[in-house]
Amino acid sequence: MNGLRDKVITWLDHRTGVETAIRNFLYEEIPASSGWRHVFGSVAVFLFLTQAFTGALLAFNYAPTPGEAYNSLRYILTELTGGRLIRGLHHWGASMMICVVVLHMVQVFLWGAYKKPREATWIAGVVLLLLTLAYGLTGYLLPWDNRAYWGTVVTTQIAASAPLIGQYMSRLLGGESAVGVVTFARFYGMHVLLLPPATTLLIALHVYLVRKHGVAPTPEDELKPKVKFYPQQVFRDTVAVFVAFVILFTLAVVARVPLERLADPTDTSYIPRPEWYFLFLFQTLKFMQGPLEAIGAVGLPALAILTLILIPFVDRSRLERVSRRTFAMAAVALAALCWTGLTVAAVATTPKPDLAEEIDFSGPTDWMQLSPEELAGLGYFQKEHCESCHTVGAGNPTVGPDLASTRRKTAAWMIEHFKRPSAMVPGSPMPPIQLTTHQLNALASFLLKLNQNNAESLLATPSFAVNGALVYHDKMCNACHMANGVGMKIGPPLNGLGNRRTRDWIVKHFKDPQGTSPGTIMPPYKLPPQQMEDLVTYLLSLPG
Amino acid sequence: MALQEATEPGATRRRFYLGAIYGLWGIISAAFALPAFVYLFFPPRARQEDQWVDAGDISKLDPKTPMEVVFRRNRVDGWKMLSEKSTAWVAKLGNGQVVAFGPQCTHLGCAYHWDEGKTEFVCPCHSSIFSIDGKVVAGPAPRPLDRYESRVEGNKLKLGRLIEGSENKKA
Repeated sequence: MNGLRDKVITWLDHRTGVETAIRNFLYEEIPASSGWRHVFGSVAVFLFLTQAFTGALLAFNYAPTPGEAYNSLRYILTELTGGRLIRGLHHWGASMMICVVVLHMVQVFLWGAYKKPREATWIAGVVLLLLTLAYGLTGYLLPWDNRAYWGTVVTTQIAASAPLIGQYMSRLLGGESAVGVVTFARFYGMHVLLLPPATTLLIALHVYLVRKHGVAPTPEDELKPKVKFYPQQVFRDTVAVFVAFVILFTLAVVARVPLERLADPTDTSYIPRPEWYFLFLFQTLKFMQGPLEAIGAVGLPALAILTLILIPFVDRSRLERVSRRTFAMAAVALAALCWTGLTVAAVATTPKPDLAEEIDFSGPTDWMQLSPEELAGLGYFQKEHCESCHTVGAGNPTVGPDLASTRRKTAAWMIEHFKRPSAMVPGSPMPPIQLTTHQLNALASFLLKLNQNNAESLLATPSFAVNGALVYHDKMCNACHMANGVGMKIGPPLNGLGNRRTRDWIVKHFKDPQGTSPGTIMPPYKLPPQQMEDLVTYLLSLPG
Repeated sequence: MALQEATEPGATRRRFYLGAIYGLWGIISAAFALPAFVYLFFPPRARQEDQWVDAGDISKLDPKTPMEVVFRRNRVDGWKMLSEKSTAWVAKLGNGQVVAFGPQCTHLGCAYHWDEGKTEFVCPCHSSIFSIDGKVVAGPAPRPLDRYESRVEGNKLKLGRLIEGSENKKA
């Protein structure tokens, strides 16, 4: 058995040299001091491969045009088994990649591993960092939800504000007039066609240079014999990769990545924020106003990149112990402090978004299509425990008929049936429903909307929407207002309320309409806090 | 790959390293391969399409001549719901039963037509021939014509799912 395997390997090696290549790669000599601090490069490569793999899987079910992009991502999240996991891996993999790449860089910087003759290795690394950030920037747009859209509006405007080249940058990004189909195509093209081969080539160059110059030794290594890369260092790399893998999978499973509302260029209430690793730049811009703005937006980042590239040419000192590199440590500490400070400041000054903004649109949202009355009907359906005797679409057969698939009766028939079941269906064991006609109307209208296709998702309607609609129906808001096409137009229509008013304003308006809208004929409503919150959240969630 | 025999004093430790390397990478590969497989090969939890569509008036249907009807139906295509034109050949059989055949030959999916002279369905691609009740008369077609689930309400014909010919043979 072993003899055959050896023969095959030898045959392959003679034709391709693959075994010799692997052998040379694994039995590379590395300094005796090599250890856990050298694992970050391998972890970064692992994460890059993860991104390539999950990215390709996402692309298999993704339509790269605005609008369609959003629909296809919803399809991935809600209808494909494992789709949410794959997207989670890609999303969190991107964040982890930034972390690991930065850790890798900090390690190299602290130990002074960039020094002659390793300047080119360092510069290739800096460019790889920039490429990683470019992935983040271009990938941010691809879900085409509000977050993506508004984040990219800001990005393209910043690029356009660059002195001299701003106009060309703007044209290159397709963002001259507005963020639209051209911008989207450019970002997608960069994200999947340009960046991956560029990254692959640079990683190859980077690793080649590491191998050419060898892993940077420390002063203690001078007298010690070198060790082999395999298996001890490979073991360390593998353990580190495994830790990263566990963190990544945990995040992808536990931390649900929401999909927001479809991108809405007319939404004036949206507060755009960049991805967390760009928040420090975002915050810097707040301190730079007027003519300083171009400096903050373009000048400072350019300067930072230039500084990084020039580090090996400025620090030409001899190799020394890491514990003596106090200046380097101070520099890292200062950078970390600035970054943390700016990021914390940015997070602290971000207004808490309305609850309505936090609705996860990747879940079923069929309830948004219902009128308040129909949604209130769902509330009565749940309150009366109709499900204890009736199935809805799926489940084991019960006493009553399946309400999602029975032949439709008229609303009038249903209401009579609810009041005196046996009058309409002789011998029916159903008890009469003790609700007012107004409430039974809602229940009947809900049942008319219920069918096998929407049953499952309608029954999963969030409770704030059901409860909000119950209050809405109970107070007969529809006597003056229109919502989802139903109701009178005496007061303003309520769809898109979230774009016009804040939560605080609406609450105040309910308590004292004259205070917020002098002259209005709307009467004040005193609601218990929970009812108020549900109603307002529901109103804010009405499609615009 | 046994690249070097474990002859050094640290042979146990070496074995541990190798086991960990292969074991951990095995777990990682499986953890990616499994969701990828499920994601690619499991069918989507598709929304059901509208069950019954109106395919028009059949009061003028001649028992000897099938009629081609065109109707619109909704079809789920990935993340899209398409409203598209479909056709069916509607025939009234000897026993008065009305059946609606799918418009594609069961051989390789070409569109067949009704030959008035021969009073048979003829496929132009490989000369499959079907009788008015959909049975294969001649040619390479492997099974009778596919039928739509159908029911007649008054003069209106309602069509449901398309069912493969081999299934409706038994029915």
